[in-house]
Amino acid sequence: MKGATVMKGSSTSKRPLKKSAKFTEVQETLLKEGAAIYVDKKGVESLYIDFPYHVNYVHSYAQDSPFFLGLAEGKLRGTRCEPCKYTWATPRTHCQFCGEPTKWVELPLQGKVHSWTTCHYGSEAFLKETPYNLVIVEFEGANSVLLSRLKACTEEQIYVGMPIVAKFASEPKYLITDVWFEPAPGALKG
Amino acid sequence: MPQASSTVKPPRDVFSGTATPASTKRSGRRVYVVAGGVTKFAKAHPDMDFRLMCKKAFDQARSEVPNLRLNDIDGSRISYFSDHFSRQLKASSMVLDYLGLNPRGSVRIEWGGATGGECFQAAWEAIASGRMDTCLAIGYETMSRVQTWKGNEFIALASDVNYDFPLGGFYSGYYALMVVRHIYEYVRRTKFANIKDEREAQKKAFEYAGRVMAMVSVKNHRNAMFNPYAQYPKNLNVEDVLKSEMVSYPLPREDICTMSDGAAATILCSEEKAKELTEDPILVKGVGCGTDTMRLADRPFGKVLLMPHEKASDYAQLEYPGVHSFRAGRAASIEAYNHAGITNPNKDLSFVELHDAYASSEIQTYEDMGLCRYGEGYGFVERGDPFLKGFDYGMKLPNAGATPVNPSGGLIACGHPVGATGLMQAVMAFWQLQHKVGERFGSEKLQVPNAKRGAIHSHAGTGSAVTVSILERVKP
Repeated sequence: MKGATVMKGSSTSKRPLKKSAKFTEVQETLLKEGAAIYVDKKGVESLYIDFPYHVNYVHSYAQDSPFFLGLAEGKLRGTRCEPCKYTWATPRTHCQFCGEPTKWVELPLQGKVHSWTTCHYGSEAFLKETPYNLVIVEFEGANSVLLSRLKACTEEQIYVGMPIVAKFASEPKYLITDVWFEPAPGALKG
Repeated sequence: MPQASSTVKPPRDVFSGTATPASTKRSGRRVYVVAGGVTKFAKAHPDMDFRLMCKKAFDQARSEVPNLRLNDIDGSRISYFSDHFSRQLKASSMVLDYLGLNPRGSVRIEWGGATGGECFQAAWEAIASGRMDTCLAIGYETMSRVQTWKGNEFIALASDVNYDFPLGGFYSGYYALMVVRHIYEYVRRTKFANIKDEREAQKKAFEYAGRVMAMVSVKNHRNAMFNPYAQYPKNLNVEDVLKSEMVSYPLPREDICTMSDGAAATILCSEEKAKELTEDPILVKGVGCGTDTMRLADRPFGKVLLMPHEKASDYAQLEYPGVHSFRAGRAASIEAYNHAGITNPNKDLSFVELHDAYASSEIQTYEDMGLCRYGEGYGFVERGDPFLKGFDYGMKLPNAGATPVNPSGGLIACGHPVGATGLMQAVMAFWQLQHKVGERFGSEKLQVPNAKRGAIHSHAGTGSAVTVSILERVKP
């Protein structure tokens, strides 16, 4: 962890602070100058400071590791509870219904759109990727579904039930985004 | 021609034992709400930090029960959702000392979007159990402390960070996924069942559902025009909503709530104490809470949890909850209705304040709460049931006033400072049932006539937890 807490406010205190009656302007000023004053309709001044926070977590996938290692090999792994005859397309290493350990199984690399959306906005980390499509994928032989990205097609072309195929990143980043889906050959012609 | 979707059906018996919510096993003392207070919800309150916001809400509540001394409050339950927004861990302690509530007992409640509703029920438990006679339930959120898209990221951290967050980290996207399937199940397969081409049928279904969702947005924004505590009162019509920029298809901006700063407080008491403090205490007649899997993808495709006015044959073909309905909301409603002795929510409730973070989830929630059957949510809106009677929405609504939903304006128009939201609903319901909306809002427009019993509904991320509480007027 580096730079977990840095307060920049006081370093700029020799210059007069910018004042604004617009909250968005105050936010912008903060990013550049570290401090600013918001003035409300009654003339009350509130002092704002920039207050950054950055953490590098040491994150283990722990019992989910086989799934993410599988993506790097071009495999989609789900889990199966034999007593419940239930296959999880998003793996759970213990069954939700009976609590027993599940076993790893390979899922087919093709499925269908169970639901979808096109995101025109996203949270800050993903804004630069917009617009992007999210898809919930259903697989033959699986009882639950998988959330993923749907690429190589536009908002107008997607429909519930569309056949899709899995694609894998050639350079794995060991994230869920190492797999995504695209329309199956011929699916866009319909 | 494209083919329709069909999920593999699991053996139904795997769900036995997972589908039965707690029922009538409850005892404990009767609990009353005696006071409520809220700050105006706003984009930001630069002149108030979280402690002062809570103080304002608390003081407003105390002004409603002038005979209650600070020392008479036995303890508190306090809620805020995110330590990321607060940037101050253990912030609850700073609220308690600011309010002068040390050294009395308290605990912080965090339950995602349902944080406020859960806080209310935690205070109920403190009284019902006999542990306290007077308990403050107070909550806040300060979301203005980061920019909107960073705020969306913080909220999305309340989704599975291995499997869900890295795909886009966007709650509007998750709710869009859920309503797309809802529209497919209930509009494409019914209203447009005779259209064979899958793409054409789905397009028509989305157009239709988009207009109905816009009607919900119009209702809530226009209601809020008479609520001085609301953040975004707007005189919108359906076209305005549909023209607002698309955020996550099929949800445009005006179908989605915003980030807010605000606080809300209620004071709960035992019967004996309530009688000392007010002539018009409001009884907490029932409480319920349900949960579901964090990941949408893990939700089963099983049987509907039935209410007394429904039959299994109503839903013979339905795979439930899938990703299209909120099983937690159903479970919470059943538990609360059982507790309150409600057999037909439409008849037995004068109004509902529910968690409409999205216009879509308001419609899905009508069905979960049994205000209409699964699949009838869109028709429920078109007929006008959830609208106020004698109120100008610019639409023909034959059933207006049947079961008013979100007379306050809901989250879409009041704002959604997460830890305060469920308590704001409690305050709105409290004033409705005391018939004091006119006094508090300066207008009678939003007062539901002769309000006798109301439900409040608080909902956490993608339906992973929901609380429902039933409040009832006891004064003749």
